[in-house]
This record gives sequence, C-alpha cells and structure tokens, in this order.
Amino acid sequence: MAALTKDLGIATAPPTPPARRRKRSFAAWRWVILLIAGVYFLLPLAAALRFAGLSAFGGVFTTPGFGSSLWLSVKLAAVTWLITMVLMIPTTVYIHLRLPQLRRLLEGITILPIVIPPVVLIVGVLQVMPLALRSSVWLLAIEYVVLTMPFAYRALDAGLRAIDVKTLTEASGSLGAGWLTTLWRVILPNLRTGLLSATILIVALVLGEFTMASLDLQQTFPVWIVLFDQTNAQISVAASIFALVVTWVVLMLITVVSTRQSRRGGGGEVTLFSVAPRETIGN
Amino acid sequence: MPTNELAGNETTANTAPAATAVASAGSASEGNDGPRPGTSVSLRGLTRAFGATRALDEMSLDIEPGELVALLGPSGCGKTTALRIVAGFEFADSGQVLVDGKDVSGVPANKRDMGMVFQSYSLFPNMSALDNVAFGLRMRGIGTAGRRQHAAELLDMVGLAPQARQFPHQLSGGQQQRVALARALAIQPRVLLLDEPLSALDAKVRLQLREQIRTLQQRLGTTTLFVTHDQEEALSMSDRVGVMRSGKLEQVATPDELYSRPATAFVAEFVGTMNRLPGELSGDGRAVTVVGVTVPVQAGGPASGPVDALVRPENLTVAPSEAGDGIVTVRTFLGAVTRLTVRLSGDTEVVVDVATTAAAGMTPGTAVQVGLPQSPVLVAARES
Repeated sequence: MAALTKDLGIATAPPTPPARRRKRSFAAWRWVILLIAGVYFLLPLAAALRFAGLSAFGGVFTTPGFGSSLWLSVKLAAVTWLITMVLMIPTTVYIHLRLPQLRRLLEGITILPIVIPPVVLIVGVLQVMPLALRSSVWLLAIEYVVLTMPFAYRALDAGLRAIDVKTLTEASGSLGAGWLTTLWRVILPNLRTGLLSATILIVALVLGEFTMASLDLQQTFPVWIVLFDQTNAQISVAASIFALVVTWVVLMLITVVSTRQSRRGGGGEVTLFSVAPRETIGN
Repeated sequence: MPTNELAGNETTANTAPAATAVASAGSASEGNDGPRPGTSVSLRGLTRAFGATRALDEMSLDIEPGELVALLGPSGCGKTTALRIVAGFEFADSGQVLVDGKDVSGVPANKRDMGMVFQSYSLFPNMSALDNVAFGLRMRGIGTAGRRQHAAELLDMVGLAPQARQFPHQLSGGQQQRVALARALAIQPRVLLLDEPLSALDAKVRLQLREQIRTLQQRLGTTTLFVTHDQEEALSMSDRVGVMRSGKLEQVATPDELYSRPATAFVAEFVGTMNRLPGELSGDGRAVTVVGVTVPVQAGGPASGPVDALVRPENLTVAPSEAGDGIVTVRTFLGAVTRLTVRLSGDTEVVVDVATTAAAGMTPGTAVQVGLPQSPVLVAARES
C-alpha cells in the first residue's frame, strides 16, 4: 500500500475542494488529449496491419534480405553506440568537472547535427572522406555517431546534472582512487540512468535511419523495407510493423528494468530525455 | 619536529583504529601534553589568486601532530581554498604544504593519504554505507573480508552499525555525514580535512555530530584541519582557531585567547558579540576614556586619532540611575543572563549582559548608567 501511495503521489495528496475540481477537469482533458494522440498514432498502424494481412507476417522472416539487413542495422547500432560512448562519456564528464563554462558552447555544437539536414551532412562527409572509408559499411557508423551525438550528449548531461560529480570525484580521489577507477566505480554506476537513456536513443535512431544509409548505398533494415516495398508491398509493411513492435518492446524493457534498478539505488525514473531528480531526505 | 613512524606507513589500514593510538618514539620528547601520535602539517607562504582577487595571500600556519585547528572566517576569506590546497584539489601559485616536514605540493590528491569530509553529501549513491566506508580500503588493495570487517568497526564507531546495508538515500543528513566521517577515517589518514561538514545539518544534529567528531579526533589523535564559518563550532571543537580575512590569517590562538584577547578589531568583532563605544585616546595613546571611565589600552590598535573602544557585553556594567546618560530600549531574556540594549547619548547603542536577577528593575525606558571595569580594552579606528 505504501508503495502504491508513493507512486500515485499527486492523486492521493490531501485535496482541497477547489484543487479537486481543477484536478478533475485536468483529468478529463488528459483523457481527451490521450484519445486524440492515440487515434493519430494507432490509426495508421491499424490501417497498415489491415493492408498487410496477418498471413504476410509469416513470409517476412523467409524473405531474402530480411535477415542480412536487420543484422547490418544491429551491428551498426552496436558500433555507433560504442564509438559514441567512448567519445562522449569522457568529454561530458571532463566538461562538467573542469570546463563548466564550456557547457553552453558544447550544447550549441551538439545541436548542429539536428539543424543540418542529413542530406547535406552526408554529401559533405562523402566529399572529405578517404576513398577506402567511403566504400566501407563502417562509414555509416561514423556518420551515425555525428547524428546521435546531440541525443547522447543531452542524456549524459542530464545524468551528470543529477549527481554532484565534482564532490564525488574529489571524495573518490581523497580515498586513493585514480581517475580511471573513479570513472568506472563512482561516476558510471551513478550515471546508469543517463547511459541507458543515451543507449535507447542511439539504438532507436540507428535502427530507423533511412536517408544516410540509402545515400551511402548500404542496405540497412529501413533501406531494405523501402526497396522491398516495390516488390511486395504487403511483406514490406508487415516487416516495418514487426520492426516497430520489436523496437518498442526492447525500449520498454530497458526503461522498466533500469528504472527498477535505479530505484533500488535511490535514483530517479529513466526516461528518454532526462533523469528525474533523485529523491532527497532531509536531516 | 617529532615524526611518527606509523603514520608514514602506507599499509597501516589492516589494523583496528585503536592501533593508531600507539605513540611514536619521537613524541616522548614533546611538551607537557604527553605523547601525541600523528602528523605535523605546515602551510608556508601559500598564495593563490583567482583573477584579480587573492584568495590566499602569503598564508602560513603550523599544525602540531594530533591537533585540531579550525580556520574560521567569512565566506570568501580563503579558508576553503587553503583546505583544498592541503587536500591536493587545488594548487598554490606559490608557497608550500609540508606534511611531516616533506613538501607534498607535487603529490596528487589520491596519493596524499588525507581523509576528507565535504560540505555537501559526498557518499557514493550506488554503494551501501558499508561499501562506502570500505572504498578507501579497497583502493589500498585490502581483501574483501578484511575491508568489510574494518569498515564495520568504523561504522560501529560512529554509531551506525545497524545502517551498514543501507544506501545513502535511505540515510538522514546527519547519518550520511557520519558515514562520510567513518569513510574518511577508515584509510587511517595522516591528516583529516573537514570542509564545513556540519553546515548542511539542522541545529540539533549539528551539535551532536560536533561532539562526536571531536571525541573521535582526540581518541585517534588524527591531525585535523577544519574549515567553518560558524564561530561557535570553531571555538567549541578546536585546539586552536585561525581567523582568516582576505586570504590572510589575522590571529591563530586557542579559543579562550581568541575570545578574551583578540589581536585585531576584525577578530574581536567576528568572534562573539562586541560593542563599539566612542573613546578618547590619551596623549601617549596608552589610555582611553570610554563612557566617562579611563582605562588602559590593549596593544594592537591605533595609537592616535579618533577611536572606538571594543568591549564585550559581559564586560560592561549597568545600573539604574536617574542621572545616567543611557536608556534601556530592549530587554532580551536569555536564561541565566539578560541582554539589555541601551541607547547612550550621542545615539550610540550598546548591549550589556547582566545577571537576570539584576535585570529585573531595568525595563525598557529605564534610565541607566553604563560603566566599565578597570581592565585593558582594545581600540579600533572609528568607523564613520
């Protein structure tokens, strides 16, 4: 019961009469908005499902290109994740610790990949890349690192804001830990929610990216769906619904599991963009 | 300077804390306080500038082995900078920090063997209280069983054995700071550094923890540097207090001396309550006339010019007198004593502490005569 009350915080707060009335009308509006949003998102899905027909789902897995393109996308997501983490974790931690005045600048820089259209980005990249890399699949991973950087940075930045990195680092140092030990044993475990948010965003982005992959002439999963659409539209639609459901299930799983883990350690709720502030007890 | 063989040893963490109480052979030659284990710390001419402001200005301080010295001062006086330089988190532009006579200026923080308790809660949120305390031991390569046992002993020492498995967010602020203290002491540090460890706590917890820190510090004999802006904390916990202002130490003295014989007007007014009374210096500057009484001047103030005499509320006398030149404006009951605010002619306000029994007849509006006993007073240049 205690846990239930805690989770429902707002709803069980002692209501004063006017507040209750306001809350009830809020609740009504909430349902209306939820309904509109639901229709907006679910209607196309329902239509797609109807168009594909249930029998198309059986054919998806045996269709040539399905397995290889999905595997390529998964590999790209993994490599992108690795490069992004290796680059962004030390950078973000260092900025927080030593150069907090540069945080604004970095925020500005990380916005650029969102502002610049992917088409422009990829044409630029292809101009400057050495030939050896231009024909490689992994060029795409490097491009995705740029693409996911804003999201990774924001997630990590929010995670770092939720903890007192400076004091924790100094405490760890005074106890004899070097910087690598501090990063591994003190900062990263407390950044878990931020790391998971970043992971979720990177995976979702890479699995769904089309423009860059198609201009790079790589048959990733989204590219394959579009190409196959011309051969068999029904199977193609079934594949995209399948991809949507799988991605959604994976993301929900990560969110739920990490939130549960984070709660155990006193952390906040894991969301896609930020970390809810840590609950604090007074004296 | 006596040195301690034990304290210099890097691998002392495998024994119970009581073992640190073993005195070194060298301390036998020390003064009348008996043997004192621990490490000496010297700050020599530390200077640190942030842009145009000098956070530290040629600051020097010697801390004896086993001593607790507080740095007291208003915010921005440089006390925290001094502590952080000793800890190795910041570096001085010039000057040295000597630990047992050795310059540690080039030694990184994680090699200095100094335990630190921070102002803000600094426990690792992902670790239980026990693992927090054991962290430093782990960094020193102590095995799981050994460090857990030692960490449990330290938690017991700060009275938190039942909370060993709890995580920081499940502990109150006071408990967190006690775990932080146990964590800092677990590595048997050569020096304990306390950076306003009590300022985030509420008054009652602060008082308890204050006593606990002092008791433990004395028991273990750990040389301690303690930074605070709270004069009561500094006076009640320390062997000596250094009062800082604008990057310099104004006075380093025992709490008693600091209160009764402040060296400068700043110290006098920063520590405790102080009245400023217009005074008239004699020709040779050795005597001052205040509220009609001429008393000797204590060294440390200006010898000529317009001055104020600095007198503590308990050092003034007050008695009802129709012919007196003062009127009681406020009467505040403080228990055994009552504090009276008296407006003197010339619009000077003074506060006088009198025994509550004597204050009965002096309600606001009563005409009184304020007097000054014959003892030396400190004078300061008059503030217009």
